[in-house]
Amino acid sequence: MAPARTRQFALLACALLLAAFPLVGGTFYVQLVVKVMILAIFAMSLDLLIGFTGLVSFGHAAYFGLAGYALALLGPKYEAASLWWSLPAAMAVCALFAFLTGLLVLRTRGIFFIMVTLAFAQMLFFVFHDTKLGGGSDGIYIYNKPELKLGDFALANLDKTEHFYWLVLVLMVAVYLLLARVLGSTFGRALVGIKVNEHRMQALGFPVFRYKLASYVLAGALGGLSGYLAAVQFGFVNPEILSWHQSGAVMMMVILGGMGTLYGPVLGAFAFVLLQEAFSNQAWFGAWAKHWQLAMGLFIILVAMYLPQGLAGLLQKFGRKDEAAQAEEEHG
Amino acid sequence: MAEPILRTQELTRRFGGLVAVSKVSLELRVGEVHAVIGPNGAGKSTLTNLLSGDLPPSSGSVQLEGRDIAGLKSDRISRLGVGRSYQKTNIFLPFTVFENCRLAAQSRAPRPWRVFGNALGFADINRQAEAAMEAAGLAHRRDRVAATLSHGEQRQLEIAMCLATQPRLLLLDEPLAGMGPHESHRMVELIRKLSEGHAIMLIEHDMDAVFAVAHRLTVMVNGEVIESGTPEAVRNSPAVQLAYLGGEDNLHG
Ligand SMILES: Nc1ncnc2c1ncn2[C@@H]1O[C@H](COP(=O)(O)OP(=O)(O)O)[C@@H](O)[C@H]1O
Ligand SMILES: [Mg+2]
Repeated sequence: MAPARTRQFALLACALLLAAFPLVGGTFYVQLVVKVMILAIFAMSLDLLIGFTGLVSFGHAAYFGLAGYALALLGPKYEAASLWWSLPAAMAVCALFAFLTGLLVLRTRGIFFIMVTLAFAQMLFFVFHDTKLGGGSDGIYIYNKPELKLGDFALANLDKTEHFYWLVLVLMVAVYLLLARVLGSTFGRALVGIKVNEHRMQALGFPVFRYKLASYVLAGALGGLSGYLAAVQFGFVNPEILSWHQSGAVMMMVILGGMGTLYGPVLGAFAFVLLQEAFSNQAWFGAWAKHWQLAMGLFIILVAMYLPQGLAGLLQKFGRKDEAAQAEEEHG
Repeated sequence: MAEPILRTQELTRRFGGLVAVSKVSLELRVGEVHAVIGPNGAGKSTLTNLLSGDLPPSSGSVQLEGRDIAGLKSDRISRLGVGRSYQKTNIFLPFTVFENCRLAAQSRAPRPWRVFGNALGFADINRQAEAAMEAAGLAHRRDRVAATLSHGEQRQLEIAMCLATQPRLLLLDEPLAGMGPHESHRMVELIRKLSEGHAIMLIEHDMDAVFAVAHRLTVMVNGEVIESGTPEAVRNSPAVQLAYLGGEDNLHG
């Protein structure tokens, strides 16, 4: 089978397995997988910047948090918001924030870009932490999950764990397919060209800045999608979701999974959450469980040293071995 | 004589105290290969950078078909029909030869903002990329990753990418450097052929190649033009022989 076919088949199988999981899994695990899939969307959106445009943003939590606050602040307080307008609104707020900050941050490069993206995210953090706008450090509760209705007919009841699970799964698959499509287009090819050799792209006649801005805005909007879903899942927002820890965590997911592929960040999100659960398990790690970040940090360092392409690279290596073995069988 | 497509006046570029390009005035015409020669550090690459927009000039003007382009960004100048190659190979190493050329051709696509639709599905872009590979003699390397090419082939790719943008004016910065004799010969023939429909500024150290294709020669030393004219006139200029060549022999052999 051709490698592209094999991959499509494997992805379809994974999607079907995930779709069936709520039928067998306990509530705790179903909720855990929801969290993972939301983070997978978040990590894919960051990988569009890091892995495909060459923009190492250390402030991606800004969009995760901003969308959550947008839902909490724009939605009615004691009634359910409609998903039909509140989700696009939250993503639009993020896109606008990305556009305005992008006009500035995309003029910087390298370490300066990392610092300036961090600075903008920190600014948002302090806006929500130190002012009354978003309830200060306590945050805001979202008492009602958004409604998903077609006329009077409820398409899904997001209070039900499985319904929300399937919505998140559909959106994760949609984001994957959307990004796969975008990256296969002339626009996507130009982005990767910019990542590889920005100078030459400009000399060839590409308005590099505009391409980067478009990528930055798209990544911001999709990061907002994940933040919106996280706010719905947990039912409250507080400044922690905007903190640099969050930006660092999603970057670790991208590195762990393998940047420059789309399924890498999805794998990375799964691995990150599972490792976090494992390292913070008291039965396994005793007193060390409290310091799970330490173990996670060490693990990420090892991955970065020995698996620069992340888990996706590991898969590809096995894939290639399989192909080689198959070719040998056919010829020999 | 035809109107020049590009004309510079008193073009100057300083790096701190160093004047890398000093009051250079020259004209490039369609149908003409204008060679710029001079020792290392004379300011030839810097001059190229000023014309292509890779660097803004400190002073002076650059007119492209009567329009002042001095200080415009390189992407604007490229889209106005100016293509350049780099002395130090500047390609997309992880991409295939075809993708390098396809990307170059894509920069001319009427709708660069198509976010959907497969990048490989544009017949005109693909054709342009194939034609550029063919012209530069790289068709047989179509699907090789650029990083795995020999140095000479990477130099050919450099030219192919430049051609794929379909420029009217070509700025070639030492295109033959690092090429074997076979590729060199081929490239000289290509430049000769291209000169019919293009204006070409050729920076080159290989004097045989220069005298084989150049219609006009400009000699730079320390950022300044010390002589400019027909190859015959420059060959016989005492100033050139004194300042740059240090003896007749170099120019004849
Ligand atoms: N970006 C730069 N910054 C400082 N000095 C430079 C820069 N580029 C070139 N130079 C200097 O300008 C002079 C001309 O260089 P260059 O244009 O590369 O010469 P050539 O191509 O004729 O060998 C050299 O002395 C070089 O060191
Ligand atoms: Mg040079």
